[in-house]
Amino acid sequence: MARRIGFTVLLALALIAPFVVSGYRTFELTTIIVDAIALLGLNILMGYNGQISIGHSAFYAIGAYTVAIMTVRFGLPYWIAVPSAGAVCFAAGILFGLPALRLGGSHLALATFALAVAMPQLLKYKLIDPWTGGTLGMSLKKPDVPWDLPLNRDQFLYFICLAVALVMFAVGRNLVGGRIGRAMVAVRDQPIAAAAMGVDTAMVKTKTFGVSALYTGVAGALGAIVAQYVAPDSFTFLLSITFVVGIVIGGAGTISGAIYGAIFIGLVPDFASKISKAAPWALYGACLIVCVYLMPTGIHGVIRLVRAKFMPTTSR
Amino acid sequence: MAQLLHQLATGLSAGSIYASVALALVMIYRSTGHMNFAQGEMATLSTFIAITLLDRGVPYWATFLITVSVAFAGGALVERILIRPLADAPERLMVTVFLGLFMICNSLGGWLWSYETRAFPSPFDGLRFLDNAYETPHDLGAMAVIVLLMAAIFVFFQYTSTGLAMRGATENPMSSRLVGVAVGRMSALGWGLAAAVGAVAGMMVAPTVFLEPNMMATILVYGFAGALLGGIDNPWGAVAGGFIVGILENILGVYVIGTEMRMSVALVLIVGTLVVRPDGLFGRHKVVRV
Repeated sequence: MARRIGFTVLLALALIAPFVVSGYRTFELTTIIVDAIALLGLNILMGYNGQISIGHSAFYAIGAYTVAIMTVRFGLPYWIAVPSAGAVCFAAGILFGLPALRLGGSHLALATFALAVAMPQLLKYKLIDPWTGGTLGMSLKKPDVPWDLPLNRDQFLYFICLAVALVMFAVGRNLVGGRIGRAMVAVRDQPIAAAAMGVDTAMVKTKTFGVSALYTGVAGALGAIVAQYVAPDSFTFLLSITFVVGIVIGGAGTISGAIYGAIFIGLVPDFASKISKAAPWALYGACLIVCVYLMPTGIHGVIRLVRAKFMPTTSR
Repeated sequence: MAQLLHQLATGLSAGSIYASVALALVMIYRSTGHMNFAQGEMATLSTFIAITLLDRGVPYWATFLITVSVAFAGGALVERILIRPLADAPERLMVTVFLGLFMICNSLGGWLWSYETRAFPSPFDGLRFLDNAYETPHDLGAMAVIVLLMAAIFVFFQYTSTGLAMRGATENPMSSRLVGVAVGRMSALGWGLAAAVGAVAGMMVAPTVFLEPNMMATILVYGFAGALLGGIDNPWGAVAGGFIVGILENILGVYVIGTEMRMSVALVLIVGTLVVRPDGLFGRHKVVRV
């Protein structure tokens, strides 16, 4: 009950927010929503399935470039380009996952690490320059507001992202809450027992990797539209680390953790960078280590603890 | 032909750096079973310490010794404080801690020193007798230092009782403990040695690539590629792997794919090794009891 009220309040706030706050704040909120989708994708992989990826910036980049190439070079509309970006990333995730997933744990982390570091260079590759725009990247236009809606472009984009996020969160929740989700968790905690119970562990891992890449790819596509710009150097290894920070702080293996994490990585660097250029990253690093030791369930876990302490009847 | 020889020479000197990073990675993998993603950043931090000492007028080789000792102590401390309490934690938590360490080392470098690229002196630059057609004096000297370092490590592992204890502790911790080896101390020692090797690699590569907080990022990927290619649990395999990667990267970069695509050599090598031969060229296959 408390959870439903909390969700309704949050949704109501999200719906009125762009009419109350400034244009720049709307842009920030849109970024947070987009990040939340990416974090949900990584959380399905790392939190629920226990596979480590520190290369999700690569899938975010593929999503962003797919949308940019389709709309700028081929003039396709956004409502085709964004789902296509998801599909391309799903395929990329499966393709990369197939070989890499035969190996567990840190070997997969290593393969994704190499992918993340190589991605900016791959995007600068000369032969694909005509499509990608090389080092300079590409500029995108914000979508026009259709049907004379009483919104400006920023607000319209905000609501589009919010709608996509709602759908993707609903799908994600059902996915991890059902049979497939239980199989994911079983593969994470007891791979041998899961296999003995008839779970095709390799298939579950591969598909989870694909779905995770799809989520991150859609986020990348929306992110490219929001930023109106794609360039190889926006998708470095540091972006991958940011995602990991987001899910670790928000709460690994939880749906709402993705939202808390997105708020954290959306707001905190702004404050921290006032201290020094290095401060946000130092803070990220400290947060990662502190979280592992002191709050392994992240903000989500802390909120649940507090709720259980002060509202014992509504905690469940 | 001359160009090919030149590329081979460049590849060898790059390879010696990758080999030393690979060796450091393998030492940590063998002593605690983890891939240390922060290895490169720890080395960069050590190099920053070295430049501070040099700026204060400390002679080069004194700086070298102090830096290596500080790195050794730092590595052992990291093992004791951050790694050992998580001995039984799942791999994803370990990777998280390594990423945290990566970020802290990286941003400390930028914060306390600077993000600006700066030159780092080489002790070999003035040496006339090292002049030749293929290698700069620094590259030759750096290679010599690294080969000496590897020889020292080999002797340490093969012919000293502490080295034997370390090998035992990684091979079979339980039995080693029963015969009186302090297994925890051995893994701290392994971390310390790895950090020290990293510091040497950092100081040897800095004159070539210039010093800045992200100096080691790509070198670490090549180091991983070398370690994996040679076998992540085999130090000598990893060293060989590092040299192979260095040569491949230069030859392929110049003749086949173009220098701006060099990073993908590492990516292809890593994914390729994982797919075709996950244990590496010289690694042992690990059998796990259910």
